[in-house]
Amino acid sequence: MRGNFLSFVKKESLHILRDRRTMLVVMLIPVVLMILFGFAISTEVNNVNVAVVAPERTDGVRDAVERLAVNDYFTFKGYIESDEIDEYLRSGKATAVVVFATDYDRRATQAAAGIPTKPIIQVVVDASNVNTAGSATAYLQNILLGTASQQSMFETRMLFNPQMKSAYNFVPGIMGLIFILVCAMMTSVSIVREKEVGTMEVLLVSPVRPFKIIFAKMIPYFVISCIVLVTILLLARYLLGVPMSGGVGGIFSLSLLYLVLSLALGLLVSTIASTQVAALLVSAMVMMMPILMLSGMLFPIENLPKFFEVVSNIVPARWYIDAIRKMMIQGLPIVAVWKNCVILLGMTVVLLGVSLKKFNDRLE
Amino acid sequence: MSEVVISVRELTKCFGDFTAVDRISFDVERGEIFGFLGANGAGKTTAMRMLCGLSFPTSGSGTVAGYDIMHQGEEIKRHIGYMSQRFSLYNDLTVWENIDLFAGIYGLSKSETKQRATELLERLNFASERNTLVGSLPLGWKQKLSFAIATIHRPKVVFLDEPTGGVDPMTRRQFWELIYEAADRGTTIFVTTHYMDEAEYCTRVSIMVDGQVRALDTPARLKQQFAAETMDEVFRTLARGAKRGE
Repeated sequence: MRGNFLSFVKKESLHILRDRRTMLVVMLIPVVLMILFGFAISTEVNNVNVAVVAPERTDGVRDAVERLAVNDYFTFKGYIESDEIDEYLRSGKATAVVVFATDYDRRATQAAAGIPTKPIIQVVVDASNVNTAGSATAYLQNILLGTASQQSMFETRMLFNPQMKSAYNFVPGIMGLIFILVCAMMTSVSIVREKEVGTMEVLLVSPVRPFKIIFAKMIPYFVISCIVLVTILLLARYLLGVPMSGGVGGIFSLSLLYLVLSLALGLLVSTIASTQVAALLVSAMVMMMPILMLSGMLFPIENLPKFFEVVSNIVPARWYIDAIRKMMIQGLPIVAVWKNCVILLGMTVVLLGVSLKKFNDRLE
Repeated sequence: MSEVVISVRELTKCFGDFTAVDRISFDVERGEIFGFLGANGAGKTTAMRMLCGLSFPTSGSGTVAGYDIMHQGEEIKRHIGYMSQRFSLYNDLTVWENIDLFAGIYGLSKSETKQRATELLERLNFASERNTLVGSLPLGWKQKLSFAIATIHRPKVVFLDEPTGGVDPMTRRQFWELIYEAADRGTTIFVTTHYMDEAEYCTRVSIMVDGQVRALDTPARLKQQFAAETMDEVFRTLARGAKRGE
């Protein structure tokens, strides 16, 4: 006798293989996201157009402008007159304008000697894009302060991501998002589709146990997710150069746990939703939004209002992304993120329990 | 010699205060085509779900294919076939893959599956379509295939829940020919329908109103009893007394 379980796994795999378009999308989304976030979308500020107003082009000023011009972050757009500042910023010819005070050299030396002096450099920034404005000012200050030969009292060292590459930051976030998308959304839609079309009814009248139907459904999606996981890890390592010094084994194990959790979440959605559209909406609203907003993927959790900070505790992606970030970038071993592991494990158990219970209840 | 395949006594199902099925009793014999009629909301589906082992009766007793509906739901599922009003095959699988799947579900061995599937395809004149996606077949063919697959494991009883909903009269006729053939081979057919002309084709007909079986006999005798020309009249006479709305 053939196991009817295997017949089911075969059937589910066929469904997925036949639906080439969806499969292609699932396989490509991670690649596209990685490339987008890795290269195109970045919070780093590059090629900021800077113009300079300098009433006297002394050695000190020249030196400062030289440093600016050779810096990758800035593109030097030339010297302009002070009455042109407004026009340059308005037309977008420059994003920032650096204005040197008259008598710059003397006052810079004074400042270097510790004698209090009035500001000697003014930076006028187009702040219509807050992110660019913020970063650009910070960079400018760093570069120009040096030229004023002021001894800074601070010495900053960027650990783990010295070049401040935003790709490092996004990879764990993408992982947190993509597995929910593949596992939760796709399984829930596929279960609900059978309810909607009416095939579920036939399956329930057959001698197959309901939980077998469900597990057979999960297996192919689990396999796909594993392929996606490997793709992401390879891209992250070799294309984006994410260090992953904490050990790939740990990252992989934790990700598998997260996959199971996502599958359980998908099952739960499928017991709530009765149409495919509803399943999609629920997945999008209940899962995607919190992941984007509350997981620390885009916005640091510490920056959230207190209320949302509390809410973020129940978003699984938060714990996953945090742990993956620590393992991938800080290079911590999996034991160092044991707390995240335990929380995720607990969530998985609860979700699986609740959704299996709900699934069985619905059958009666 | 007749063998009773479905036997139900005082079968009742309540949902809270609402009695969906109210003490129904009947017997269905082997090879019968048993028409199970009733307006929407009369309790047909609930009764059928209990017979299929999908839900437990609140009280009463019954056997289907020799198994107790209270305690042997899983055994019942193994020995019945089921086809629902909604098309229940997978459109994105081929004819053969659909057969293979359901044969696998009912635990047929590989060689059995192969033999029965070939036989089935020949009987339906489908041999050339074995690798066609089911989704691209005309509705009439799908329905026939669906029925053939519902009986692939040679069940004692087949439950058909409005099998011809939304199908043109010509295809319906062809479908009923299949049902007759199956009944001749000794399969018991338990069918619900909204088409009163189909009720005429049944060996016996039961009509449910407000959760109770109000009439049960051969179509001829029912018409006689209610002094009606057609089954449609019989049905309307009975349904008029219904207290439950749609």
